[in-house]
Amino acid sequence: MSGQAILETVDLTKTYNGTAVVDKLNLRINEGDIFGFLGPNGAGKTTTMLMLLGLTEPTAGVAYVAGHNATRDPLAVKRITGYVPEHIGFYEDLTATQNLAYTARLNGFPESVVTARIGESLNTVGLAKSAEQKVGEFSRGMKQRLAMADILIKEPKVAILDEPTSGIDPRGVNQILDLIGKIAIERKMTVILSSHQLHQVQRICGRVGMLLKGRLVAEGLVDQLGREAFAGGRYTIEVQLAEITERIMKSVKQISGVVSVEKAGGLLLVSCKEDLRPQIAKAVVDAEGLLIGMKIQSYNLEDIYLKYFTES
Amino acid sequence: MQGIITVFRKELSDIFASWRFIFLFLLVFISGVFTLYIAGNNIREEVIGISEFVFIRLFTTSDPTLPGILQFLNLIAIFFVPIVGIALGFDAINEEKNTGTMSRLMSQPIFRDAVINGKFLAGVVTIAIMMISVVLIVAGAGLRMIGVPPTAEEIMRLMFFLGITVIYGGFWLGLAILFSIFFRRVATSVLASISVWILLFFFMPMLAGLVANVMVPVEQGAAQEVAMSNLGVQSTILQFSPVRLYQEAVSVLLVPGARTLGQTLQLLGGGAARMLPNPLSLGQSLLTVWPHMVIIVSLTAVCFGISYTKFMREEIRA
Repeated sequence: MSGQAILETVDLTKTYNGTAVVDKLNLRINEGDIFGFLGPNGAGKTTTMLMLLGLTEPTAGVAYVAGHNATRDPLAVKRITGYVPEHIGFYEDLTATQNLAYTARLNGFPESVVTARIGESLNTVGLAKSAEQKVGEFSRGMKQRLAMADILIKEPKVAILDEPTSGIDPRGVNQILDLIGKIAIERKMTVILSSHQLHQVQRICGRVGMLLKGRLVAEGLVDQLGREAFAGGRYTIEVQLAEITERIMKSVKQISGVVSVEKAGGLLLVSCKEDLRPQIAKAVVDAEGLLIGMKIQSYNLEDIYLKYFTES
Repeated sequence: MQGIITVFRKELSDIFASWRFIFLFLLVFISGVFTLYIAGNNIREEVIGISEFVFIRLFTTSDPTLPGILQFLNLIAIFFVPIVGIALGFDAINEEKNTGTMSRLMSQPIFRDAVINGKFLAGVVTIAIMMISVVLIVAGAGLRMIGVPPTAEEIMRLMFFLGITVIYGGFWLGLAILFSIFFRRVATSVLASISVWILLFFFMPMLAGLVANVMVPVEQGAAQEVAMSNLGVQSTILQFSPVRLYQEAVSVLLVPGARTLGQTLQLLGGGAARMLPNPLSLGQSLLTVWPHMVIIVSLTAVCFGISYTKFMREEIRA
């Protein structure tokens, strides 16, 4: 990933009553990245986000957003940053349009562009039909989409999303994630999003950072992290057979690229340097074995996450 | 500035659309009608042999059969303005924190004080609208009833009365906002404001009497000087209460015959009787209440100062 760092923290630290919640965090996020922030509850994700926005003063260190010091010049940061807090709230007695109009006016947009922008934002998130409905009548998923519209109003360079998918049903989660991905690409927006739900982060985030007790324990591309976490970064293929014979094992072992073959339960576990499923199938058939199925064990974020967070 | 105006406009339209406002306005209306009723029953006896300041007596005429607390000015000072001020401010900040709108608001490019200032300004404007309405109700219907038009000076006096009432309302609003910053729960902040209110109008006079009697005990047949210094201590303590300050200030403004705030003259009795019962000029009345206005404004400023220091450095978590 090339490009310039739009978000940068230098030894960012926050302590509450002597306990470091964020501990000398050094983070660089490039322009246009979709960055996933992972970590258990209390790892310091929200606190880091608040410090990036200048809503909390760091105990030590600095956070920069597009070159602006978030503590000294929070207004400059807030002008280009959209923030969706975890417990998003709207004025329930006002309509969606009225809520967004307030945001637009607080950003100082002239009345002439306010209406157009609201319409456009609501269209993007698919809430155009509910524009004149009171937010009190909205479902959780709709509110979350309205929150996205709320940050789109100010056309930010950076979007900071704290748990954007919490409390939403699976279909809604996918909608939100697709929306975030789409917006980020279309508008060249840098997105930081925190979540516990790992496969969701995996779905849209290019890079992830794992935070534990205020420290960044791992950071990088999702695949790369998997390889680092599990020795060698090899593929493991589970082969299910009607009967496992010595002949089949020998035949599979001879395929170039296969590192080891073992029997585990009723399965044959083949460890190899690349995806060799076609070759394995052929070898099994050649050895007169009956192949039932094959599955590739990929390293998803969950495995990586658990590995990091159970080790420490 | 941009931020303040936006917050102000939004808050004002929220207030006008709320049930709270409708109830408060009913309160305004009823106290106006009530005042008119009392004035209609009693003003005739009051103005016998008096040719000056007839119109303004619409606001100050009391019913001898009713307790003093039900007079228009006391109603305003003790109940109406504090209730409106508290009602408009008690959930200003904590409600936004509880519903999660505060962190969204804070992530917009506005200064934090714009939120407090905008809300305060909207509340003050609402109080002003209500007070102007109640004065206009009484003045308009009263004019039809007594048929004596107000003089220019009476109109000026009423306007100063309105001004000082809005400042007084600002104090209660500022206090309520202060508590709404300090207490996360709305119920707690209402209770805190109401406690201060009860303390100031109910316990403060008792407390003042108690302290004065301990400091300067007045025994049977004590010298007049002792009784006077006892009263002096009492009134000094009461000067800390904005309720008392406001009551004194408006009675000077609306009762031009009142020329002093101390109880000394009442005590001297004979001495006061020898003075000519001429009304004070507007300028002199203003001069008398000037310190009161300054103290009420500075008490409001203290509320604000504390609010700012707490709110500016506060961490806004959703």
